[in-house]
This record gives sequence, structure tokens and C-alpha cells, in this order.
Amino acid sequence: MSNTSKQSGSLRRYILTRIALAVPMVLILLILVFVMMRVAPGDPISSSQGGKLNATELAARRHAAGFDAPLYQQFWDYLKSVVTLNFGTTFSDRRSVRDIIIENGGATLTLTAGALVFAAVIGIPVGLLAGRYRDRPVDVLSRLASTISYASPVFVTAPLLMLAFGTTSGQASPLIQLNVPTQTHILIVDAALDGDWDAVTDILQHLLLPSIALGLLIVGVFIRMIRINLIQSLQGDYIEAARARGVRERHVVARHGFRNALVPVITVLGLQVAMLLGGAVLTEKIFNWPGIGRQLIDYINQRDYVAVQGIVTVFALVVVVISLLIDFVNALIDPRVRY
Amino acid sequence: MTEPVLSVRDLRVWYGTDRGPVRAVDGVSFDVRPGETLGLVGESGCGKSTLGRGVLGLTPPAAATDGEVVLRSPGGAGRNLVGLPARELQKLRGPDLGLIFQEPMTRLNPLMRISQHFEEALRAHHKGLPKKEIRARALEALRGMGIPESRYTSYPHEFSGGMRQRIMIALALVLRPAFIVADEPTTALDVLVEAQIIKILADLRKNFDTSLVLITHNLGIVAEACDRVAVMYAGHIVEQGDAREVFANPQHPYTRELLRSTISLATTGLHFIPGSPPDLVEPPRGCRFHPRCPVAMRGCAEIEPPEVLLPTGVTSACWQQALPADPSLVEEFGPDGREPLHAVEEISVADEA
Repeated sequence: MSNTSKQSGSLRRYILTRIALAVPMVLILLILVFVMMRVAPGDPISSSQGGKLNATELAARRHAAGFDAPLYQQFWDYLKSVVTLNFGTTFSDRRSVRDIIIENGGATLTLTAGALVFAAVIGIPVGLLAGRYRDRPVDVLSRLASTISYASPVFVTAPLLMLAFGTTSGQASPLIQLNVPTQTHILIVDAALDGDWDAVTDILQHLLLPSIALGLLIVGVFIRMIRINLIQSLQGDYIEAARARGVRERHVVARHGFRNALVPVITVLGLQVAMLLGGAVLTEKIFNWPGIGRQLIDYINQRDYVAVQGIVTVFALVVVVISLLIDFVNALIDPRVRY
Repeated sequence: MTEPVLSVRDLRVWYGTDRGPVRAVDGVSFDVRPGETLGLVGESGCGKSTLGRGVLGLTPPAAATDGEVVLRSPGGAGRNLVGLPARELQKLRGPDLGLIFQEPMTRLNPLMRISQHFEEALRAHHKGLPKKEIRARALEALRGMGIPESRYTSYPHEFSGGMRQRIMIALALVLRPAFIVADEPTTALDVLVEAQIIKILADLRKNFDTSLVLITHNLGIVAEACDRVAVMYAGHIVEQGDAREVFANPQHPYTRELLRSTISLATTGLHFIPGSPPDLVEPPRGCRFHPRCPVAMRGCAEIEPPEVLLPTGVTSACWQQALPADPSLVEEFGPDGREPLHAVEEISVADEA
């Protein structure tokens, strides 16, 4: 019993350490986001009003918006907006960035979840099969497919998918006008809570192609990672030891091979989330999916840096939080992680 | 004399490679009787480990096994393990045939508790064994190895190498096999732990009448722990017999060279056998040891020596014993067969120069 409590103690310490280590990482991240926005020339006022207003009026407008304040002052304001989870107010349409996240975040979440589900449902079994039957046809084919899928950017796969399946999948038809009370801001969940199953089906239909387009971006990595990990873990010394004790081959592969092969995949999963969020921006734009990414592109075009800065910050924080969560899951599965 | 638990006859294990088959074990025969420990010695790369794996049918898929490995359960008839369906062989591994490995550090699944390893091993052979019974049997085996009950639910990384090896032995013993192959069980451990493990293996034989094949390149261990010894070279057993007899009076030149190479307090200069074991894809013609043998004769490079049973009960596969034992072979050996081989080679080298 004392053993178990000692182990949970080391787990708690591990989690606290990881959180403490994340703080400087977030700070560096904020500085990067801030600097990148300022390094690019132009500001929202010059880009929207340049040529329409004369120089003194422009300067007055910029002063009113605080764009002529010293950088440290601007950074301090930015920091405050992040700490209060407010992230500022957009310059072009006077929306709070927080509202954008709340209203459009659900759609992005739905899309990335869909992509992850697609990647896991296809990637895990295919990767395991390829690893188990190494160098057989199933392995060769899956290796080829995963390389192609990994090498194809979203802006190629998405339009191709649209061309091929746009009409048959119901993608092109407009969404049913939804009339469900907003509870979670996640459309599909709201519809399900309301019991409106027609709406749920319709949303799923529209979700299918974007999820596949985005999922294809990472499914190749899934297949490759799982395959190589399984091959390695099946050559493991403990695999031979289990065989020597007469454990059934099926159990050897499942219990010793698969489980050990999936541990590193969880780590990669954390890194893939960053890739997914990046891919989501393009996917949302191409499929007109009402997520944060589509909004982000609009704001970038308007050079609205408060908005871009706010949204990018949120994306970055999400990636940090997810990688923390992945660390915790890893520590739960693999006892060696909690030193 | 009691019937052997395990009789190996003309066992061959060949690995397929791009260059052709590697004859890692090439026609090996030996018996192990109940409670007997057979030491299997030889340099690295002589096929010792492959022989151990071959007995349990644990060779990789690219290997072909041929010959006979007959396992006799007490009072039962013998079964040839070679060619047995994988499922049948798997049932025998554990309760009948045990294997202890060289490097204990990596032999336990890092994600499984020690308790789960025992549960898995016991459930594999005793379906529906209640958890309480599993725990009791596992703890008994662990206690025998000096692992306290409080560590039962620990993970492998929480143990030292010596403890892990004792856990591995407990895992093999919990299924009470009558026959165990121990493949260099102490090579990765320090000297004190080594003595401990050897003592454990010796007790095993005393208490449970377990038969053991102890693979090692440490001749000291053989002298101390083995009843009989088989010396392996390049896939063959070159000398086999009572451990004391072989050590006191080694017959095969390879055994002699091996014994001369051991280090003791009296050692003044290190002796080694020049060269290394041959390539097993294309082993040398004749006696496989002849290129390194200090007493090789011309005939040794041409004809493979037969195995000769000497009056002491030791068998040796060397022309030095075969020629006096069977005069009819002399003719086959050729008229100048007894000329020393290496002197001849030296001259030819000089000629070329």
C-alpha cells in the first residue's frame, strides 16, 4: 500500500514540475507572437485608411488606437489582456477576441476532433497491420500511401476532395438553418442536446470532407510511427522472454507489442495537434467552415493585429496545454516517465 | 541410469542470410538427465545461444531446424519437439521447458508490474487460476529468490540488475519446468551477484531435481556448477564428458587452448587462441578448428574427424584421438596426413614472399 502512495506522490510532483516549466515557455511564446506582429510593416489603420486620410489625421487615429505607444507599453497591455483572458478587442469590427474564440472555437474544435478521429481510426489499425506484417504487400502499400498523404498539403487535398466528392457527400448543399438554443457553442453538441438529429446528421455530412482533408495531413505520421514502434517493440527482449514462458502469440503481440508501440505515438500526437491547428486554418477557409481559422485569415487580410495576435496567442496556448496533458497521460501509462 | 529428460540428436539450426545459410548449430547431440547440469562452453559466436533457443523452438522465423529434440516427461513417452506445431510447442514452454536470459535489464516489459508478469505467465498455462492462488504461487517463487513481498507490485525499472535476474528466474520457476536452459545468466552481472545466481541454480537442482543446460563462457562456473560439460566450436560439440574429467584431462586441442586461456592468480602472461571462430556460412573443410589448432595435421584440413568415445567416458572429435582409436582410419587419412599442417603453411608463405 505504501508503495502505491509513494508512486502517486511522484506522479503529483511530476505534474507540478511540468506545469512550472511551462510558465517560461509561455512567456517566450508571447514575446515571439508580439514581436512577429510588429516586425511586419504596416498597421490596421494605415492599411485600411492609407490614401484616404492625410498624414496628420492618420497619426491622430494611430495615436488614439495606441499604435504609436512605445513597444514595452504595447507589450504590457498585451500581457494584461492575456492574463485577464480577454485577448483584446479587434480593430476592424470591434469584437472581443474572447467572443470570437467562444463563438467560433466550437467549430474548430469539432473539425480538429473529426480529423483526429479519422487519423486514429485509419492510422492505428493500418500502422499496426503494417508493422505486424512487415515487408508484406499491406506494409508496402501503407507506406506508400502514408508518404503521399504526408507530402500532400491541405490546399491540394482539400480542393481535390471537393472536386471528387463535393456533390455526392452533400458538402456543397448549404447547412440546414439551425434553430437550436446555444448551450455549449459547439453546434453539433447543441443540436444533439436539443434532440435535433436531422441537424446532427447534416453537420456530420458537412464535417466529413473537411475532417478527411485535415486528417490526411497527419494520418501518414500516425501510420509510420505506429509501424516502426511496433516493429521495434516486437524485437524487444521482453517479447522473446514472454514467448519463452509460453505466452500465446496473440497475447504477446497485443499485450507486449501493441501497448509498448503506442506510448511514443501519444507524444507525437501532441506535436500533431499543432500541425492540425495550422492545417485547420486553411481547411476552414477552403470548406467555408465557420471556425476560428477562417476568421483568422480574414483578420490577417485586414492587418488587424490585435485580432491576429489574440487568436494566434490562443492557438499557441492550446498547443502548450495539450502538450502538458500529453505529458501527464504518458506519465500515467509509462511508470518510467515519473522519475 | 535414469532416462534423460532431454535427448538432442543431430540437431541443426541454420539461418538464411543473403550470403547463404549460416550453420550456427550443425549436427549436435547430447543428453541431459534429471537433476543434471550440463555446461555448454565455447567462444562467442560458436552457436551456444542458438543451440539453447533451438531446443525450445525459439529460433527466428528465418531459421530452419532439423534433427531431434526429444523431451521426456517423468514416466511418459518422449516427444520430438522439432516439427511440433507452434501451438503445441508454446504449451510446453514454461511448464516443461524454461529459459533464463543473458541480460535481465531488458527482459521484463517496462509497462507491466512484476505481479502482472506472474499473472500472465500463470494464466497462460493454468486457465482460470484464481487470483489468490496466482499471488500465493508468485510470492512463493519470489521469496525463494529473496525478493520481498512488498515489491510484488513494483515496476521493473525499480529493481537492480541482480534483482531483475532473480525475478526472471522466479518467473521461470513459478511454472516448475523440469528442464531449464540458462543462457549466460550471469554475464551482465557483477561477481557477487554472479555467485548468488550460481548458488540459486545449484539449489534448484538439489531441491527440485531440475535439469539444467548452463550456457557460459566462464570456465570457472562450469567447474563449480556443472556435472558434465560440452565444449562447442563453430556449431559442433568438439568434446563432451564429465566436467572434472574434461578439466583435468582435456582431450580436444580446442578445450586445451580454452583452458589455457583462463586467468588465475598464477597467470603470468595472458594466453589466447589466435584468430577467431570461422565464418559459419563457409566453415573450413575438414576439422573446423584446424586453422587455429596448434597441433593440426595435413589430414585435419581435408577430412572431418569422427567423434570418439574414450575409456574415460569423454567423447572428443579430434584426429589425435580418432587415429589411435581406430587404425582403419589411418589409410583414409592419407600417407602424409600426419605431417604437421602449420609448418607446411609457413613454408608456403615464405615461398610466396
